[in-house]
Amino acid sequence: MSADRFPVEASHILMFARAVGDPNPVYADAEAAAGSEAGGIIAPPTFAQASAQFDPDYPLRPKFGEVWFGSGSMASGRMKAEKASGEGDGEKKAPSGGGLHAEQHFKYHRNMRPGDVLTASTKPGETWTKESRRAGLLTFSESITEYRDQDGELVVTARGIGVRTEKVISQD
Amino acid sequence: MALSAADIEVGQTFSQVVVDDLTRTQIVQYAGASGDYNPIHSDEPFAKEVAGYPTVFAHGMLTMGLTGKLVTDTVGDGTLTDYGVRFVNQVWPGDTLTATAEVTAVNTDDNLVELSVATVNQDGTTVLTGTATARLA
Repeated sequence: MSADRFPVEASHILMFARAVGDPNPVYADAEAAAGSEAGGIIAPPTFAQASAQFDPDYPLRPKFGEVWFGSGSMASGRMKAEKASGEGDGEKKAPSGGGLHAEQHFKYHRNMRPGDVLTASTKPGETWTKESRRAGLLTFSESITEYRDQDGELVVTARGIGVRTEKVISQD
Repeated sequence: MALSAADIEVGQTFSQVVVDDLTRTQIVQYAGASGDYNPIHSDEPFAKEVAGYPTVFAHGMLTMGLTGKLVTDTVGDGTLTDYGVRFVNQVWPGDTLTATAEVTAVNTDDNLVELSVATVNQDGTTVLTGTATARLA
């Protein structure tokens, strides 16, 4: 997740807190938050992940003029595109979004607050494999994202681990 | 309020239901707020016919966010120094999740409390495990 400009805004924090089911006024009510220990609105602990909104290349967001792999008239836009170009019959499985999220770790250097304009810079970490009974060979890859403020100071360090499975995870 | 060392001891637990009967709409709400629109989380034809799952399932980060409510309700607002989790099982529409935090260390020298965190579904299956560290008052 990389972004040259991740503006932290109160309305985005409000929507994010709603989505994770947290009615705490410290995320939503400027007046109540000002009188709290936090001294004003802060972002919830996992909010850094919403920097995806500001990553121009983030692959899990539909983009203008590009084929989206989710469903429309067919179960995947890629199936439709392949059929239209004569490369596929529209029946075979189109590539999925790929990986699943295995782990996520945040280190907080200070609270994110509305008005912060952060940068997010991601570098790859380690890669390893493991055999699993439910999903075949698992390939893990780590990435580390540093969120810094306008002064270049670290605000949050995020370490994510993604996993690609050889097959769909068995529900048995 | 931030916890103070005098209020807690190792082994103490805190628990709450963080979502009751998870709806597809809440998963969509999380997609919109987070920006992660992977259709596997919200698009039934894609999840079933292309990806091969029985239905859509929640973002791991939604489960981490839901569990984060228990963590911050326990340690106080804006006091976390670390929060990390493993996603150990998928979370499906209709799931009811209960998150539990247990105090594993009270470090009075550095004024920090360490917690282990686990979230289970209505069948008692663990969906998330993790740890959190927060500053004490």
